[in-house]
This record gives sequence, structure tokens and C-alpha cells, in this order.
Amino acid sequence: MQEYFYELAEFATSQLRGEEVYTCSFWAEDSDFVRFNGSRVRQAGNTKQSSITLDLIEGRRHCRGELTLAGDVQVDRVRLARMLENLREQRAYLPEDPFLLYAIEIRSSERTQPHRLPEPDDVLAQIMKAGEGRDLVGIYAAGGMHSGFANSLGQRNWHSSFSYNLDWSFYHTSDKAVKSSYAGFEWRPAAFEEKARKAKDQLVLLTHPAHTISTGRYSVFLAPTALYEIIDMLSWGGFGVRAHRTKTTPLLRMIEDGVQLHPMVHIQENTHDGIAPDFQDSGFIRPGKVSLIHEGRHRDYLVSPRSAVEYGIPTNGATDAESPLSLEVSPGDLPQEEVLRQLGTGIYISNLWYLNYSDRSACRTTGMTRFATFWVENGVIQAPLNVMRFDETVYRMLGENLEGLTRERELILDPRSYGRRSNHSTCVPGALIRDFRLTL
Amino acid sequence: MLDGIERRFREAAPAVDFCSLRLVEKQQEQLLVRRGVLQPVHTSEDIGAMLTVIHAGGLGYAATSDLSTAGLRLAGSCALDWARRTADANVPGTAEPPQNSVTGEYATPVEQPWSAVPLRTKIDLLREQCERLKAGACIVDWSAALWYGEQNTLYLTLDGSHVQQRVHYLVPSLSSTANRGSESQTRSFGGHALARQGGLEVLEQTGFLTAAPGIAEQAMQLLDAPNCPSERRDLLLAPDQMILQIHESIGHPLELDRILGDERNYAGTSFVTLDMFGRYRYGSALLNVTFDPTRPGELASYAFDDEGQPARREYIIREGLLLRPLGGRSSQQRAGLDGVANARASSWNRPPIDRMANLNLEPGSSSFAEMVSSIECGIYMKTNCSWSIDDSRNKFQFGCEWARLIEGGELGAVVKNPNYRGISATFWQSLTAVGSESTFQLMGTPFCGKGEPNQAIRVGHASPAGVFKDVDVFGGA
Repeated sequence: MQEYFYELAEFATSQLRGEEVYTCSFWAEDSDFVRFNGSRVRQAGNTKQSSITLDLIEGRRHCRGELTLAGDVQVDRVRLARMLENLREQRAYLPEDPFLLYAIEIRSSERTQPHRLPEPDDVLAQIMKAGEGRDLVGIYAAGGMHSGFANSLGQRNWHSSFSYNLDWSFYHTSDKAVKSSYAGFEWRPAAFEEKARKAKDQLVLLTHPAHTISTGRYSVFLAPTALYEIIDMLSWGGFGVRAHRTKTTPLLRMIEDGVQLHPMVHIQENTHDGIAPDFQDSGFIRPGKVSLIHEGRHRDYLVSPRSAVEYGIPTNGATDAESPLSLEVSPGDLPQEEVLRQLGTGIYISNLWYLNYSDRSACRTTGMTRFATFWVENGVIQAPLNVMRFDETVYRMLGENLEGLTRERELILDPRSYGRRSNHSTCVPGALIRDFRLTL
Repeated sequence: MLDGIERRFREAAPAVDFCSLRLVEKQQEQLLVRRGVLQPVHTSEDIGAMLTVIHAGGLGYAATSDLSTAGLRLAGSCALDWARRTADANVPGTAEPPQNSVTGEYATPVEQPWSAVPLRTKIDLLREQCERLKAGACIVDWSAALWYGEQNTLYLTLDGSHVQQRVHYLVPSLSSTANRGSESQTRSFGGHALARQGGLEVLEQTGFLTAAPGIAEQAMQLLDAPNCPSERRDLLLAPDQMILQIHESIGHPLELDRILGDERNYAGTSFVTLDMFGRYRYGSALLNVTFDPTRPGELASYAFDDEGQPARREYIIREGLLLRPLGGRSSQQRAGLDGVANARASSWNRPPIDRMANLNLEPGSSSFAEMVSSIECGIYMKTNCSWSIDDSRNKFQFGCEWARLIEGGELGAVVKNPNYRGISATFWQSLTAVGSESTFQLMGTPFCGKGEPNQAIRVGHASPAGVFKDVDVFGGA
């Protein structure tokens, strides 16, 4: 795959004319997808796909073309040559781009993880066995994901990984379920069985009659998978410099009014420990870490190459969207085993769902509880809770009302696969929060 | 690119009970002018195919961008492997081949082809609109964009099906953000809501060419507006919010694969159960909802779904009574219910699942003025900006960009951050007026997400304005 991409890159270089240069990113996957419902297979198959995106540049004029590759070098050379011609023709009509920036310092790199994925038959058998006598729903996705970068200056970057992500739920009835995931690079049957056993233990708690509460303010514990949803929401414009400078960031009050989160909140983009490549589409290399929120206050931004020129600050290799890929929330000092006791009477929320902003400028978000959410009294789980809607500002939940973050964290490998499998990851603790507002 | 594909498919397909090929070829072009600066023009070409094999009780698929005979043979073999591997473990009813082969075609009617207008002219148009969006010093971010797409789909089966469909679509959008201190307000046009099939004639049809000044003016107006009050009021929704309401609280809960549990790990389940069809009163007698893939220009119009089922208009809800689910051939077999032709895939790399396609609220008889005058204490909300609903598609909270209070039958002050919340199962019962054809708009979104693996797909919605009685509304901060 790597050699194939580099061969195409050499071909693209040979097709350049005059002062032309290019930057080119590559992406490919060979993924198995097995979907489950009722502990049976709903749909199963495989997707092989690869594509390149090439930015053809002459001076400050440029345009981008994206091409799905056939994997046959003769076919792809013809397609690539045709795309270059089309881009060349298009470029003639375009004005100069004042914000164009691409890497001119050559920083090549290569990172290839070993292929340790299990045979599909073996995994399927284990998943089916875990689902025996249960209602298992979800998806197993596994395979190689490959990213590359090349430019006509000679820079070459490559990143290959082979990962699996089993994202599943055990359902009790109706909307009562335990959500789990098992993701990584080397499938360990014992580790999966332990995950499944824990989920089944929690499932027992869902057999109790569901509790319904009225709207109001409650103490809650957001498990790491629930806090992840809040942080993921915040990533929608919260950390990019463009959103800050155009006043569209949900953290506007932090920037303009100095509103703070709790000093125990530290958020950083941790490329070093993430699973995404450290290079980006214009050839820049991301630093190992970028501190975004430090001690509850804004520290730094994610800066794409375009924004770097537009706002006159150095790029830190962010994507065009300036959204994080490998986000990390620092742990607190609350031991996980202390969570229920510290919570006392309140709600243990395993998952949140379908978040959105109800007042973006105020960073006020709404969403639902989902899956295993429990009513707790005096530190003891009493019953599953019927779903409730929250509507609360991040400043309150992770600011004045934050009582603790857990010492333990969970590394969540993003199971999303819109168009292609994601390589995003987030490492988050759980959060103990008082006066969390439930509205419906 | 399609030359010889049928021959290669027949050469490469394994000898099995059923094998289909669904080839998708897409071309897209995206133009964006932001703050007066043209952003990098992005064009894309995508082509690939999915082979689906049903054999000896198993079903498997394989998607590939290698369309050579060897590539298709490899994909056919891979699909067969998955069919064999899962034959004893399938959800009952999901591996049954279709009974009949089909032939046919569909093409979007296009009056003004995208390619007929030079790139420079389109960029100039966007620059002009962008300039009009910067209507005052407090406008801090503004942009105008066009996203054009063309998609050719070829569906073939070994037993003789041959369906070719060609779709052209355009997604126009405008946005203007006003700011003062720690408050920003955005007004937008199109984007999430106003996509249509067609060529550049869509710009005039949708009002894109004249919308910019009003968008910018309203963004600035919102900075001075008070927050939406928190109380119960009658709610008049503009079509560009009605479609979100229809999408989330009628469309998704009626998707049959959700009701059958396929989506419970991701998109969610449904408060609707199989026994409710033909019996359940989904809304007031004014509620008439159709699945209509035949409406010219609507974003998800087609003649056949992605499993080759012929598509036709069907009433889903008539005079408030729930009639049929949004489920394709496979889901219908599993549920024992009649559905619609809506097994659709986002592209060649994803398998078909039940999707909404075009889901429309049929117009009623009230003019906009009649609806406003019928409201003593209410609010008129326009343009969705926030959407959230529980996994059973019941408890929702939606927000709009802009609203005006209605007092004593007249439109009054503009208010900012308008939100409302409710429960699907009762909300549609409170529908007290449905706008006439004069308020009816053809809209659509390219961003409906669902499925494992995930799929974002185009869906069309057409709707008039509508009035809901006694709704919980509230503002921001």
C-alpha cells in the first residue's frame, strides 16, 4: 500500500509543469464489518477503499481534487493524469489564495504497526458465544487503516495501523441496555470475556423496575463514556482558532468574559498518545501535545495552516476543521471505587446521547441519558432510571458544580465510520457533578 | 467507466443463489467564499461497487473500487465467504433473495446544468452574495457556498435486473454571524435544510439569489433582541423547522429497521411498535404524511431503491392515523407489514438500510396570515439550529435561529435563542393548523446519519408551516 502510494506520488511529480508543486494525502482501509441484532448477524461484509486528495499549486493559485483509487497502477495513473489536467484547467480561473500555506521543510516519517488482528471466524464465534441467552446488538469493525502524505518537494509520511472495534450493547428490554466496547490492536479473548462479564453483571441491575424522577437538579456521576459525549460536543468549534477569532466558538464567554472551568480541568490534544497520524494534509507535523484548557482557563488553540496565515500565528498542524483528533482530559484524584459513596444520592450515568447546543454562546448543551443509567441512594444503586433530558452549561457542569474527576480514565477509540473508519481517540476520566439540571 | 461493467460482473460473479452489483459513480464540486476570500475549490471523483451475495441461507457483501474482472471476482468471493460464514447465524428473514427482476431508469430533470456555467461566474456569484452578507460592522463571520453533486447508480443482478439512475443535486448555503462581546448570533440559509435535485435553477427556485441581505439583517437584529420567554405558548413553525420536526419525530421513529431493533446500539430504537400500524393515532386529523419519491426536484426522488424495489408514493399517516412503516423489502418480510421502497445506501461502500428518502407533510388549508391571527399567545420560530431527541425518538428539544412573538393574533417582537421541547407521542396530537400550498416548501438535507457502519445520506422533506397548541418554549443562558 505504502509503495503503491509513493509510486503514484512519483508519477504525479513527473507530471508537473513549470513552477507547479503539489501536496497529496492518501487514505485507505480494508475493513470487515459485522452487524448484530438479537445476538444474530444482521449484515456482514467487507469494504476495501482508498483515495488521494491532491492540491495542485502554482504560485498562490491552487485547487484540490479527490480521487478514489482502483488499486491498479495503470488505471490510477490515467485517472491521476486526468485529474491533474482538470485541476490545471480549473486553476486558471481562480484568484490567488492569500491564506495558502504548505510545509516546505521536508519531514518524512514512517510508522507501521504490526498486523495482529484475529481471524474473523474466531472473533465471530466468541461474540456469538458472549451473546448466547442475551440480546446483543452492535457492530464489529476490523482491519487495516493507512494514511500517507507526499509532496513534490520529496516529503513522504506513512502511518499504518490494524485495529478492531467491537461496539455493542446487551439489551434487557425496551430502551434498557448496557453499552460496552472492546477496541484495540490485539484481540485477547480473556479481556473480551471480562468485558462481556462486567456488562452482564450490570445487565442484572436493569432487571429491577425502572425508576422515574421529576425534572430538577441532581447530583450525578458521568462515567468516562458519558463525559466523552460532553467533550466531543465541545470539540465542535471549541478548540480551533478560527472559531475563536470569528466569535462562533462555544467557549466565547471564556474568551471574552474570562469565565472559567474548575481549576482541576485540563484538556489537551495529545497526538503523542493518540492513534491518529502526526502529519496532516499540507505536510505539517503535529507537536506531541497542545494544551487547550489549563487549570480551567483557555491556554492555546488548534491552528490549521490556513488560519496560521489568516491570523498571523504559527500552525500546530491542525486539520482544516481545527477539531481535535486525540483529545485528553487529565485525571482527578477521585478513586473509581469511591464514586458511589461520594455520589450519595443521585444518578449514575453511563452514557449520554444526542447532544447539541441550546445556547451556543453560553456553552449551554442539551442531551439525553441513555443505556445504563441508575438511581442511587446512599451510595447504593437502587434501580435503572427512565431516560431524562439535561440542559446545562459546560461552565456549570465542569466549573462551579464539578466535585471531582476520577483517578482512572478510559481511552475511547471512536467507533464512528461515516465514509470511512475514524482514527480519533479520547482519553477521559469520570466526573462527579452536583446540581445537574434535568428538564424533561 | 460503466463500459463493460455488466459483462465483467457476469464473468466475475460466483455461482450462487443470488448476486447483485450496485455501482455508484459520484462527482462533486464545492465552492465556498468566506469573508470575501475564495476557499480552496474542491472537486472529487468517486467510483466503486458493492457485490451482494445471498447463498444457502447466508448473506454477505463486499465493496471494492477495483472494477476490473479480477477485482469484481475478488469481491464476489469475499461476499460469498461472508455469506457462508454467517449462514447459520443470520437474523431470520434477512437473507432472502428478491422474487422478481426489474429494469428501469431515472434521471433528475435539469434545466440549467452546473457545467453550463463557467467556474468564474459561479465564484463571482458567491462573492457577490458574500459581500451582501457583511451588512454591518458587527458581522464577524460570513460565507456563501455551493455544493454540487452528480451520482450515477447502476444496479444489476445475475437474474436480469438492470436499473440505472442519474441524480443531480445542489446544496446552496449562506451564513452570517453577528457579534457583540460574549454574544454571537448566526442566521443561515440552506445548508442543512434547502438542498434539492436539479441544476443551477435551484438557486432561483429556493430564493438563494435574494436571501443574503435579510439573513444579515436578522443576525444583527438578534443581538438586540431579548431572550425567548420561558413559558407555554402556541407554536407556529416555519417550513424550515417543520422539516426537522418531521424528520426527527416522524421519520426516524417510523423506520422499520429501528422498530425491529437493528439500530439499538447506535441510532436508537423507536417508541412505535409493530402493533401500532393501522391503529395508532399519531397526530391530529390534520396530520397527513406521505413517502413520495416521485416528486420532481425533491432531494431523495428516485424510481427504484438500492435493492431494486420500484418506488411509489404512499401515505404513511392519513388524517392522523398511522398506516405503514418506512421499511424496505427485507424489513417488510421480517415484520410482516407493507412498507415502502426505501432500502438505501450512502454510497457503494455501505450496504442498504431503511432510510427516509422523501417524507412530506401534505399541505392543509390555512394561509400564513390565518395561522398567525388564530394565535392569542404564541411564537413563530424559523430555521433550525439545534436538535436533540432521545433514542426512542420521543423526548425532544429543538432550537431555532430566529423567532417572533405572536400576541393577540399579530406578529410582535423578535426574540433570540428560541427553543422548545416536547414528546413526539403527544406533540403531533397538538397540531391545530396546517398551512396551505402558499406556505409549502420543498426542502432537504444531505446530512441524515444512521447505521452501523455509519452512513450519511440525502433525504428530502416538503412541508407547509404548522401550528402546535400549548408548547413549552424557552430561551438561552
